[in-house]
Amino acid sequence: MTAAAIELDGLTRRHGEREALSDVTLTLPAGATLVVFGPNGAGKTTLLRVLATLLRPHGGTARVLGKELPGEGWAVRGKVGFLGHASLLYRDLTARENLRFHARLHGVDAARVDALLDAVGLKSRADDPVHTYSRGMVQRAAVARAVLHDPELLLLDEPTANLDPRAVEVVEPLIGAASGRTRVVTSHDPVGGLRDADLALGLRGGRAELLAPAAQVTSARIGELYR
Amino acid sequence: MRPAVSALLRKELRLELRTFQVIPAMALFSITTLIVFHFSLDEDAIDGKLAAGVLTITLLFSAILGINRLFVSDHEEDGFDGFLLAPVDRTALLVAKAIALFAFLVVLEVVAVPAFDVMLLDPELLSADAIGQTALTLLLANLALAIVGTLVGALAIQTRARDLIVPLIALPLLLPVVIGTAKLLAPTFAAAGAEALPGRWLAILALYDLVFGLLAYAVFDFLIED
Repeated sequence: MTAAAIELDGLTRRHGEREALSDVTLTLPAGATLVVFGPNGAGKTTLLRVLATLLRPHGGTARVLGKELPGEGWAVRGKVGFLGHASLLYRDLTARENLRFHARLHGVDAARVDALLDAVGLKSRADDPVHTYSRGMVQRAAVARAVLHDPELLLLDEPTANLDPRAVEVVEPLIGAASGRTRVVTSHDPVGGLRDADLALGLRGGRAELLAPAAQVTSARIGELYR
Repeated sequence: MRPAVSALLRKELRLELRTFQVIPAMALFSITTLIVFHFSLDEDAIDGKLAAGVLTITLLFSAILGINRLFVSDHEEDGFDGFLLAPVDRTALLVAKAIALFAFLVVLEVVAVPAFDVMLLDPELLSADAIGQTALTLLLANLALAIVGTLVGALAIQTRARDLIVPLIALPLLLPVVIGTAKLLAPTFAAAGAEALPGRWLAILALYDLVFGLLAYAVFDFLIED
């Protein structure tokens, strides 16, 4: 039996008085992909940030990679690759400087930085400040940052939102299903999202309105979440 | 923790050398403040308590400007999160930021203290002993400013009213430092360093540095975590 990478039981997280996540329960096996759908404000980003240990759960239990959050969050950090809406890159540093900074924090060899810059197609612009990049280039640099430390679990918030089709192909081996990592991916694209997923979660108003194997979910059912 | 502090410090210094967001702002503000004092006091030269007060206040307000900007680059693009996701001791950020702020304050003083000498201080008070005593006093004051500044900066950056929060919290917390620094500089600027520094105020400043250093170490995790 495959060990669970993520186990949530009644997970609740509030922002002030509002419940951004309410009573979310699911189990994701290691190596599997969970795709999360839902309209803006449904709680997708909050879920990713809780799993990344950036936000504390306010209710229920959350185990990530076998560790209880928030108590054992320290043991999860360094094993999670987080790609959010913000790049987590310093705009006035170059991509190479940013990645080397994160490599030092994660104890990763500098050679991996050069290899990743090459892998995301930024080798020729690696020494330009990030603020001179297009949105797509920033996203590619952010992908390199997210996988720099070879994380077991990838938390991806609309990872291809700013990427053209060629760039999507470039980052696919690093963050796609072929990466072989456990993944939690938020998406607004039912077809693309369900294609690579094992489990689908639909959130609305912080509540899990849909939780089913991706193969059993139709695009029409996802569409209902947005109505 | 040392590799993380080293990585963070290198990043801080590289960002400052590239953007000049903190040091020039502090230095220009200090010069402007000294010019204002020069004209408002309408004195050719000042000494003693007045000189000590003018220098202390000028450096304090300039430091507040630097504290306000200390975490700005981390706030943009959620650089804070990048650090929080790394498997390193959170205190590394406190240490690196405090060292960076200390270094910025030293550079500020390399500009502001000579400018104070030229614009306001009685030229007869400029001696090697006075310079040594001023340097020792400012070293202890800088330590306090760096520690408290990093704590307050980390707290304020998570609020919308950052520019207001920093002076509102930092100035009361730093009042003992202001008093101690002024008490130490007053005899230096009265007797050109001929009198020994008052040991009681040296001890108070050193104790303040120690207490707030330990306090910062204890609470910094809670300040930057959710």
